[in-house]
Amino acid sequence: MELTGAEIVLRCLQEEGVEHVFGYPGGAVLFIYDEFFKQDKVKHILTRHEQGAVHAADGYSRSTKKVGVALVTSGPGATNAVTGIATAYMDSIPMVIISGQVPTPAIGLDAFQEVDTVGITRPCVKHNFLVKDVKDIASTMKKAFYLASTGRPGPVLVDIPKDITQHKTEFVYPESVSLRSYNPVTKGHPGQIRRALQLILEAKRPMVYTGGGITLSNASGELAEFVRMMNFPCTNTLMGLGGYPATDRQFLGMLGMHGTYEANMAMQECDVLIAIGARFDDRVIGNPEHFFNPARKIIHIDIDPSSISKRVRVDVPIVGNVQDVLQEMLKALNSSRERVDAAALESWWKQIEEWRSRDCLKYDRQSKLIKPQMVVEKLYEVTGGDAFVTSDVGQHQMWAAQFYKFDKPRRWINSGGLGTMGFGLPAAMGVQVANPGAKVACVTGEGSIQMCIQELSTCKQYHLPIKIIALNNRYLGMVRQWQEFFHGNRYSESYMDALPDFVKLAESYGHVGMRIESPSDVEGALKEAFALEDRLVFMDFVTDQAENVFPMVPGGKGLSEMILV
Amino acid sequence: MRHIISLLMENEAGALSRVSGLFSARGYNIESLSVAPTEDPSLSRMTIVTSGSDDVIEQIIKQLNKLIEVIKVIDLNDGEHIEREMMLVKVKAGEAEREEAKRMADIFRGRIIDVSDQSYTIELTGTVAKLDAFLAAIDRNWILETVRTGASGIGRGARMLRI
Repeated sequence: MELTGAEIVLRCLQEEGVEHVFGYPGGAVLFIYDEFFKQDKVKHILTRHEQGAVHAADGYSRSTKKVGVALVTSGPGATNAVTGIATAYMDSIPMVIISGQVPTPAIGLDAFQEVDTVGITRPCVKHNFLVKDVKDIASTMKKAFYLASTGRPGPVLVDIPKDITQHKTEFVYPESVSLRSYNPVTKGHPGQIRRALQLILEAKRPMVYTGGGITLSNASGELAEFVRMMNFPCTNTLMGLGGYPATDRQFLGMLGMHGTYEANMAMQECDVLIAIGARFDDRVIGNPEHFFNPARKIIHIDIDPSSISKRVRVDVPIVGNVQDVLQEMLKALNSSRERVDAAALESWWKQIEEWRSRDCLKYDRQSKLIKPQMVVEKLYEVTGGDAFVTSDVGQHQMWAAQFYKFDKPRRWINSGGLGTMGFGLPAAMGVQVANPGAKVACVTGEGSIQMCIQELSTCKQYHLPIKIIALNNRYLGMVRQWQEFFHGNRYSESYMDALPDFVKLAESYGHVGMRIESPSDVEGALKEAFALEDRLVFMDFVTDQAENVFPMVPGGKGLSEMILV
Repeated sequence: MRHIISLLMENEAGALSRVSGLFSARGYNIESLSVAPTEDPSLSRMTIVTSGSDDVIEQIIKQLNKLIEVIKVIDLNDGEHIEREMMLVKVKAGEAEREEAKRMADIFRGRIIDVSDQSYTIELTGTVAKLDAFLAAIDRNWILETVRTGASGIGRGARMLRI
């Protein structure tokens, strides 16, 4: 039986086991939406902005490992989606974005709501397709899901002109897909693994540094086994938090621009650095020339060859899926009789503990003003450390990363690479849709939350009981902090004037609003909010305006040149 | 250093812009880029002349390999190779220039492929350096128009780029 292109799109989603699509209708996707109406296997979540739809699909994916799916119309629908797509691309999140396009005869004629979506998104997708024949929809969708979820994952966009969704053809969903030009490696090179193990066993001051790749390849179990077996110290990047249990003694906290003193010092001073699923980016290692140390050997395990020796020369590159490589390494270590130099390791740990005793994350706990760090600490306590925490971008993001101790992967969900303000709330929606009943908190600021505030309406429609923790300091805090440190206290355009009454705003959307002004009320308010299990609660914490994020590695400086409290 | 990178990719709409977009997005140099289908019409072969440090060239090759439609990439400078470019030059060929223009074409083993009473069009093939040398050797004021294909390259002997 022949099906229309629109029917085929829905059948493909069903074949891929897609349960939720986040989207926003419009002219070019009307036939696809008509098919949503006629079936109930794939649920559609209507957001209030296409950026929200893509971030929600992104949060859905990050919290589950499933491919997130978003559907938008042509022209402004697609351009609104671009920020979300770029966010997912920078963090290697598997997603399929379906965009409508003007009918094929109208392409290139500046038609209503026409934009070159494939051209605009090309630099921020893993791959994209323009489908020009109804016969190609099924195979293109199959390829899209395959590309998005294999190798180094990423968003894949499928642009479908409106007339193609009306045309008819036989529907056959391909069982498998193979592309001669795309064969991602999985297994690491055995010779390289041997060389790495040799270095690891000879290490006197080892350090394990892991990123989002651990989460993406579900390798946190293997990582913990490796780190514990070796008694090595371990740090996670912002993207990698939860990859190694934060409450473990061997965890040194996050590294980088706002990383801990002990993690950054150990990165700088180690003699063998084992980098796994991480990419040495500028916020992580600071100035690469300062980071460079010929006496330090670097092992780098990553699925993407282009991540290796991009910013930092490494000694033993291992290209492969980090889970596979770690399993191979564990196998070899388990059968080896060689052991690391225990005495050297002991004195290395002594050094690390000395750095740790610097207590670099300390803050004034007696303050009469609400300290943002304290709110995150209380959030951790009240949720038993077991919530999904999304965040936006800025100071609140760093405090959440520093003070919420993530013991499990996929619990900390933030825009690490692109640094997208407005990510937190829609991402939390995706997390809550994927994990009904789970505690989902969005740690945000009064600046970021206003970038996608309209999604409060979506939360009402779909009964998403997210807890919004707004650390409201009336400033674009991170901008203000840089202006204080590097621009002579000239707070140019970083004061958030004319803020809405967030309590009333939340109420007008049908939610619960709270304003918390005293440190003594923080814990009670959080408990009260999380007790309202079926309601979204917007908690407006009025925090200390002058608080800064420490430690801090200033731009262009080295990891050991931190500003400390 | 100057490198000639050869690659095979799917002969699909948009594939060229993925490559050129990659170069501009990451700030890599392109001295020339030429592309055409191969004997297998599903494949395009592209030759890119670029320059950069060893680290940059390594990244260029890795990033090209990462493009989904790119099948194989080689750096011709890694081994023995031959490089050729073709150039068409229209030069003044009035009374005063005619003899000398013909002589220059002969010296560079060029062929005159179009003649009018005021101009010759000379076809020249060779390495990029040879074509540059011709343009330097001939009186600048005589040159009316030039068009160059960009370099093509191929490995010597058993060195091949095929799937």
